[in-house]
Amino acid sequence: MGILSFVAGASCIRYGTFLLVFKYKYYRETFMAIHNLFAIALVTTLTLASCATSEGPLPLPSSGGVEQTVPPAGTQGEQDKTSGLNNQGRFRLNPLQDPNSPLAKRMIYFDYDSDQVKADSLATISAHGKYLARYPTQRVRLEGHADERGTREYNLALGERRAGSVSRLLQLQGVLDDQIEIISYGEELPAASGHDERSWALNRRVEIVYGELYGER
Amino acid sequence: MTFNNVRRAIFAMTLLIIALPAQAVLKIEITKGVQGALPIAVTPFELDPGTVRPPEDIAAIVAADLRSSGLFNPIPRNEFPQHPTSANDVNYQLWRNQGIEKLVLGRLEAISEGGYSVQFQLLDTIYGRQMIGYAIPATRADLRRVAHKISDLIFQRLTGMRGAFSTRIAYVSTQMSEGRKRYVLQIADFDGYNAQTIYSSDWPLLSPTWSPDGKRIVYVSFESQRPEIFIQDIASGNRISVAGPTRLNSAPAWSPDGQKLALMRSENGNPDIYILDLASNNLTRLTDYLSIDTEPVWMPDGESLIFTSDRTGRPQLYRISANGGEPQRLTYEGNYNADADVSPDSREVTFVHNGGRGFHIAVQDLETGQLRELTEGSLDEGPSFAPNGSMILYATTYNGRGMLAAVSADGQVHQRLRLQEGEVREPAWGPFPQTP
Repeated sequence: MGILSFVAGASCIRYGTFLLVFKYKYYRETFMAIHNLFAIALVTTLTLASCATSEGPLPLPSSGGVEQTVPPAGTQGEQDKTSGLNNQGRFRLNPLQDPNSPLAKRMIYFDYDSDQVKADSLATISAHGKYLARYPTQRVRLEGHADERGTREYNLALGERRAGSVSRLLQLQGVLDDQIEIISYGEELPAASGHDERSWALNRRVEIVYGELYGER
Repeated sequence: MTFNNVRRAIFAMTLLIIALPAQAVLKIEITKGVQGALPIAVTPFELDPGTVRPPEDIAAIVAADLRSSGLFNPIPRNEFPQHPTSANDVNYQLWRNQGIEKLVLGRLEAISEGGYSVQFQLLDTIYGRQMIGYAIPATRADLRRVAHKISDLIFQRLTGMRGAFSTRIAYVSTQMSEGRKRYVLQIADFDGYNAQTIYSSDWPLLSPTWSPDGKRIVYVSFESQRPEIFIQDIASGNRISVAGPTRLNSAPAWSPDGQKLALMRSENGNPDIYILDLASNNLTRLTDYLSIDTEPVWMPDGESLIFTSDRTGRPQLYRISANGGEPQRLTYEGNYNADADVSPDSREVTFVHNGGRGFHIAVQDLETGQLRELTEGSLDEGPSFAPNGSMILYATTYNGRGMLAAVSADGQVHQRLRLQEGEVREPAWGPFPQTP
């Protein structure tokens, strides 16, 4: 836990500096940035507190090694079927597979032409940040997307900025830079095929994709 | 099966794959023509006795070319006052009486096995004289090319502007194949004929751009599940990946001398414009700002570039020297101005503009800053100037389907290019063919 706190602390300083630079460039969005910083700082504190006090068996198989270095299993395949059994032989669902876990939410939605994470996504990002910080060998891919309005190349850049926003919030919670892979598909792979606000809202998103799902569509 | 048989089988399959998409022909429909287009009659080309009937109707191709420019109004054959077979048979008075001032006569002569001499004359019915006349050798296979050449010659003689009928376009079409979406990069004649697939993928392809010599295409492919820039030689099909892996590499634009690519690259979440020297592979950063900088395009003199940036909060166009420095903002009207292309005479820039009524194609005079909207679609994008600056090709949606359309640079003539199946997008008008 000590190491994780240190990492989280270092990320905080890094992110804080980053935001200070941003304040000058994004003067219009400074208020939101500060607002987010406070929200995240709060969430981080809660996260670290809950990490520090949580006891009991990990929800993932432990083969006797150090807990933090055991990678969580993926969500598919033979391996997963045994992943719920811990040393005590009690069944525990991998939180990545548990539909009731906050980790089941893998979509972060955005406003039109914006890369600002909305307040209602912070809890989801926090849950993923907490999980990933706890398992530093688990990798995650953030796939940024945009709706069809505007030009394709601009939307490609916008999708990347959105994934970057989610990445910064994860790192603020202690997730390591090399745990995160960022990719943007712009408007090329919409989640909904309609040409209306309802579809557009579903398409302006960052998808959080865990390890073994890499490469799938 | 021996190795050679396998190889032959693979080769046959490759041929089949390349040959199939050629069926998907783009068709041009003029949706809005210009008032006062010049009436012209293109009479059917006469066949010399004993000549094998050619596979193409040259006169019909020439008439369609001239019509597509919006500047000409080719008269239907059944309205011709007479059917002359040579200039000597022409009764100029009859044509003048119908207001037809220009007349094209042609003939095909067999000169060898499968070879023709294609001859044509452009006649002025007011003065009763020939304006131009040419004989062009052709094989059966390249009669369409010769027809476009004839259109170029007529267009240039009558408008003073170089015709763009012998140019080609590139675009990305999406086709469903066995329940999967396939992205197909194609090149075709400007009128959509002779479509050839040069690359296809299960993953998105975008931003095809021609090299200034028209021999190569640079494009972005997601085949490695992240945007990667490739340069492909059209004739050989050989391709190389440029600008090595990073988070984001995209929006390639060829410099006018063909030596460099401008591109968008994000090292750490900050998309900026870079210039890649193709000979040395040196990458130089051109912009450095905590905002999106993308969609670079070179001015024809190669001295400066125009790009999209949201540094003021919304995407707008900026111009920057190719040596760097402080960019100068170009657009102020509307809350979205992006993806510029510059006219060949450097006077105008076309781009995607949203002034509150949807994404339209607009043109802005670089001298005066005056902006005009040319189109009325809701999601128009990807404008690309013809090499003579007369028309702008762009992507639009019609009845919910992506297709290409063209508008004359003055906004007067509108036309749609329909692909019979699939959707089309990301058009790029190629350069003039190089004179051999």
